[in-house]
Amino acid sequence: MTNKPFGLLAEYKTPGELLHAAERLRDAGYKQFETYSPFPIHGMDNAMGINDSILGWIVVTCGATGLLSAIALQTWVSTSAYRIVTSGKLLFSFQAFVPVCFELMVLLSGFGAVFGMFFLNGLPQLYHPLFKKPTFRTVTSHGFFVTVESTDPRFSIDDTARFLHETGSTAVEVVEE
Amino acid sequence: MSVSVPIDDPSKRVTLVEGGHDFKSVSDTVCRPVETKAPKWWMISFGIAVSLLLLILSMLGKLVWSGVGVWGLNNPVMWGWDLVGFVFWVGIGHAGTLISAILFLFRQKWRTSINRFAEAMTVFAVICAGTYIAFHVGRVWVAYYLFPIPNSMAIWPNFRSPLMWDVFAVSTYFTISLLFWFVGLIPDLATIRDRATTKTRKIWYGIFAMGWRGANRHWMNYERAYLILAALSTPLVLSVHSIVSFDFAVSQLPGWHTTIFPPYFVAGAIFSGFAMVVTLMVLARELFGMKDFMTMHHLETMNKIILATGTMVGYAYGMEFFMAWFSGNQYESYAFLNRAFGPYSWAYWTMISCNVIFPQLFWFKKIRRSIPIMFIISIIVNIGMWFERFVITVTSLHRDFLPSSWFYYSPTYVEICQFIGSFGLFLTFFLLFLKYLPIIAISEVKGVMPAANPHYHGEEH
Repeated sequence: MTNKPFGLLAEYKTPGELLHAAERLRDAGYKQFETYSPFPIHGMDNAMGINDSILGWIVVTCGATGLLSAIALQTWVSTSAYRIVTSGKLLFSFQAFVPVCFELMVLLSGFGAVFGMFFLNGLPQLYHPLFKKPTFRTVTSHGFFVTVESTDPRFSIDDTARFLHETGSTAVEVVEE
Repeated sequence: MSVSVPIDDPSKRVTLVEGGHDFKSVSDTVCRPVETKAPKWWMISFGIAVSLLLLILSMLGKLVWSGVGVWGLNNPVMWGWDLVGFVFWVGIGHAGTLISAILFLFRQKWRTSINRFAEAMTVFAVICAGTYIAFHVGRVWVAYYLFPIPNSMAIWPNFRSPLMWDVFAVSTYFTISLLFWFVGLIPDLATIRDRATTKTRKIWYGIFAMGWRGANRHWMNYERAYLILAALSTPLVLSVHSIVSFDFAVSQLPGWHTTIFPPYFVAGAIFSGFAMVVTLMVLARELFGMKDFMTMHHLETMNKIILATGTMVGYAYGMEFFMAWFSGNQYESYAFLNRAFGPYSWAYWTMISCNVIFPQLFWFKKIRRSIPIMFIISIIVNIGMWFERFVITVTSLHRDFLPSSWFYYSPTYVEICQFIGSFGLFLTFFLLFLKYLPIIAISEVKGVMPAANPHYHGEEH
């Protein structure tokens, strides 16, 4: 083993065991660890001790951009770029601008939600050390896993592996970078 | 006829997944259609769907070649099957968003096994609606004039027109529905990627799964994105059909110029969309063996919503008549009397019987739980909702303010074949979806199983 490994991969049988293991790792002071499951597990964020998602702020920014650009676009087009009176309405009929303002706000917020989520998650990511592990393939079906990454200051292959066994893992293996 | 069941105990939650599944068997069952050869019924249906697709393509080709004169529209009936078809398809789409977004916000967990299906229906139905929008402008090659794009003629769209609002509403709706659907698919595409036995499948599903690996930090952002998308889609779906109804209501035509239109159109859209979901679900659960996930409980709940929205639509029909009389406006009164007793009364009474009378059968539990009857009623509802749009569009137009221009509109073969063909467009996409994508949201279904609760210890409590 010449290179530093990516970390350790430990398998668990049920969502409950995974949650319990995450709590134990958090309490033991590990930071660079991650849990993997086929579906989101209720209470896992607390168990891992991670902060809430900041996605909402991205979405608010995008939504405000959409709203402001819709107001600017419609006002400019109607009162300056193409001044045509239709059906006796004022050039600046803000009531009539509401639907487009709403739609553009939703459109940009939606982009913010989806692409912001991709950005925060670092997706698309077509290569990851874990994809080399055949056992890890069950993660999207019925497998529950923990990885402790070698970048964690408390990481040591032997001690961490022993600790993961203690938390009830059925199998612990080393993941190469 | 299904077996009669006792009244549900309201203190207990209904089991959402039947058949004693564990996590693995859920993946196995849902992925089976993707991983096995297409069954014979699929090949036959796909052949029919593609033939109908060719029908719409040839009709659209004729339209582009000769101009919109190939339709039977003439002054004063300038909107006919084109607008009817557009509103029909957009309305169907709305059920998908209702199931995926509104029921999600209300924490209606039963939606998990049908939302993928209904969202796919939304995306494809809006594509069908889009063909009408794009081609009814006549010169489709300059349809980009609809968007505010700088051009050498220095002309800009009129933002005070409801038709312009519609352009923004429908294009936003399509984009957001597609994104919502795709975000929901990512974990399930990863499931198929990880189970893949062939290289092609591994590569293609792998690309679209975007490297998903179920990490909890990813799930956290993912769930937040899903919640935000649901919160955005809920007002969006209401706004889209309200704006579709503004196409009518903002004009000054008797029969169109009413404030009841936005809520009435939204209720009608949900009504028709749920009927379409029931039609498709009854077939799909049978043909793909997904009865453990799309249970009788799901169908019954859907039928209850059809009953509720059908009753709302019936109320709106009555209220329109009442307001026409109560307003004391002779043009408004005439428009409604003419609807019910004029030359298009056959369409009006078809609409009333399909939309108001038949869904009332769902008051009976036996009927709500009978597969053949609900299948027939769901088709009746869709026929009725098509007629509703026809009645609103055509009867208001065909009696102009000037009796010399009164006209009886009938469609030409181009309009009829185009509408039939639009089902081909829809079914082609839908069948491809049934075969190549997981039709049930695998990760969400697992999330509502009792064993997914971290405090689960092998028994229900």
